[in-house]
Amino acid sequence: MDLTYTPEEEAFRAEVRAWLEANVPAEPLPSLDTPEGFAAHQEWERKLYEARLSVVTWPKEYGGRGASLAEWLIFEEEYYRAGAPARVGQNGIFLLAPSLFEFGTEEQRKRFLPPMASGEHVWAQGWSEPEAGSDLAAVRSRAVRTDGGWLLSGQKTWSSRAAYAHWLFGLFRTDPDSVRHHGLTYFLVPLDAEGVTVRGIKQLDGEPGFAEVFFDEVFVPDDQVLGGVGKGWQVAMSTTGSERGLTLRSPGRFMAAADRLVALARETEGLGEAERLEVARAWMNADAYRLYTFQTLTRVQDGQSIGPESSINKIFWSEMDLHLHQTALRLLGARGELTGQAPDAVAGGRWLDGFLFALSGPIYGGTNEIQRNIIAERVLGMPREPRPVTKEAK
Amino acid sequence: MRLGLTPEQQQFGTVAAELMAKPDADHWAALAELGATAVLVPESHGGLGGDETDLLAVLEEAGRAALADPLVEASVAARLLAGLGGEPADEWLPKLASGEALVVFADGPYIPHGERADLILVERDGAICTAKAGQAQPSTDPARALTTAVEHVPVAEGEQARALLAEARDRGAALTAVYLLGVARRMIDMSVTYTKERTQFGRPIGSFQAVKHHLADALVAVDFARPPAYRAAYSLARSAPTASRDCSMAKAMASEAALLTARKALQVHGAIGYTLEYDLHRWMRRAWTLAAAWGDATHHQRRVAAALLDTEGEPARLP
Repeated sequence: MDLTYTPEEEAFRAEVRAWLEANVPAEPLPSLDTPEGFAAHQEWERKLYEARLSVVTWPKEYGGRGASLAEWLIFEEEYYRAGAPARVGQNGIFLLAPSLFEFGTEEQRKRFLPPMASGEHVWAQGWSEPEAGSDLAAVRSRAVRTDGGWLLSGQKTWSSRAAYAHWLFGLFRTDPDSVRHHGLTYFLVPLDAEGVTVRGIKQLDGEPGFAEVFFDEVFVPDDQVLGGVGKGWQVAMSTTGSERGLTLRSPGRFMAAADRLVALARETEGLGEAERLEVARAWMNADAYRLYTFQTLTRVQDGQSIGPESSINKIFWSEMDLHLHQTALRLLGARGELTGQAPDAVAGGRWLDGFLFALSGPIYGGTNEIQRNIIAERVLGMPREPRPVTKEAK
Repeated sequence: MRLGLTPEQQQFGTVAAELMAKPDADHWAALAELGATAVLVPESHGGLGGDETDLLAVLEEAGRAALADPLVEASVAARLLAGLGGEPADEWLPKLASGEALVVFADGPYIPHGERADLILVERDGAICTAKAGQAQPSTDPARALTTAVEHVPVAEGEQARALLAEARDRGAALTAVYLLGVARRMIDMSVTYTKERTQFGRPIGSFQAVKHHLADALVAVDFARPPAYRAAYSLARSAPTASRDCSMAKAMASEAALLTARKALQVHGAIGYTLEYDLHRWMRRAWTLAAAWGDATHHQRRVAAALLDTEGEPARLP
């Protein structure tokens, strides 16, 4: 075991810390789910990109700096420690980009990655449909062959960032006779194309953090298919693996939140024993999550691949995040319910915002019930549940 | 950055597991022959001069095997004797390393394997004392073989003794945490095997989500308690400034994970798990008693809370 950083890693940390100290906005940006907040966050992404800090692990040619995973973890620790803005381009960077690197053509990488890295193109995800949530393979939205491309029709919903985003990645059924995970294709769709209608849906915090997206014979050319016609499920699974696994939820954000919780607890008068123990648990959970990530990093460095274990990760961070914010609201007492607009609000209402956001964690990226099924069946090897009869089984 | 065992450390655990899997063998003698009792004994006193990270795999395997021998207590005693130095170290450490004699350090009023021990070390009124085994105190876990301690004779007092005792308690908590992870992981394995075989409503009960989710929750708790236990061993080995807090964190998380797993394992086994005809009880008893030994989860959460809240500045972390 060697829990130390190399001199190069320490130098990288110092560089990132210095840059963030000089550049992180003094005042928090408006919510990225408002028009002005979205624009402000895009501008921030541009600034990060110009400092080569928006996508540190990507190769230089696409806007990164070829950093190691260990350096990425350092970047994330420093980023959240500095209280830097939320990443508006996160869906694209963490969910689509890994699939582009794995399945994209060189032409697609050159075309889509740099504007994603700079914040110029913000991507929304198009997985869920009204009849396909946890059961993602029930996708009904279809694509019909036409000259030089496809005509997309149907409806996606709960599409994060879609209210203001420029592009959408998602699954459409290209083989009308197919069922379940067969016959699906992964498309890259501009949201300003003719036939696309976006309707923002207000979330618990009052802002349209996700949207419904309607497709009415939207033309998408062949070069915006990712990974080949009929290969959509395979490509999408690599993406959902990223969402649950190492990259979407870095330890840095939870460590920063846990340290802020400790600071809040220290200044809370008359803190009871029960609350002290919950603060300790929250901080330990964040620390354990970090150590678990180092263990995963070690496995990756040793050439092992991370498979269904990523479901273990997803359950832990989503429940940890919720517990941490519930504990903060408990410490705030009567002020816990105050929004950022209230004169008495603590820290601009960020604990309440964080709590509302954390509530979505056990739902998105595959509900925690689905994750428990995956852990039981694919990590522990328990018997599969009898699946409902489908056309396949006839 | 590397949070994981070396191939040699893994191999040490694999060999120990094979020894402990043999029924009706003298596991303690076999472990001593393998060198497990010598790991924390300095080379100058006939030991291997290793550190706590060298014991991780062996301890987790010991938990899996529900080893009924005081590997933790003897390892803590080894470091305590080395810290004391002088005559007691010269006399006892070579014998402890070779397995010729058993020395245990225990925290609290009852001494595991007190009757077997050739030397018992305990704390009394702030002093490190030798003691003799008193009355047997039957435990819900017979493998603990508890006795009281009597005839205390102080061997060290003052600041040095206090520091050595504090470190001994941290070490006992951290090493027990690792053992508990093995106990819990084995209970999960037993539960998976049982729920694959047990059929109700015409299908294996392990195919029901309600059953699956119990075991998935147990696995999440155990898998996230392991890296903190590894880190605690590393912190002890490096005498890190955060070592004491790291040990408490490891024990708090491992105790909770083990108790949760014991509860889930019993539930998915149903009535058979509640009997002496099926082996699950041996691991459950180990989980219940060791979750409480060396300080329970609440005790260690309190210590972490004090380290975080009754201090100033950004909390230090290792790494």
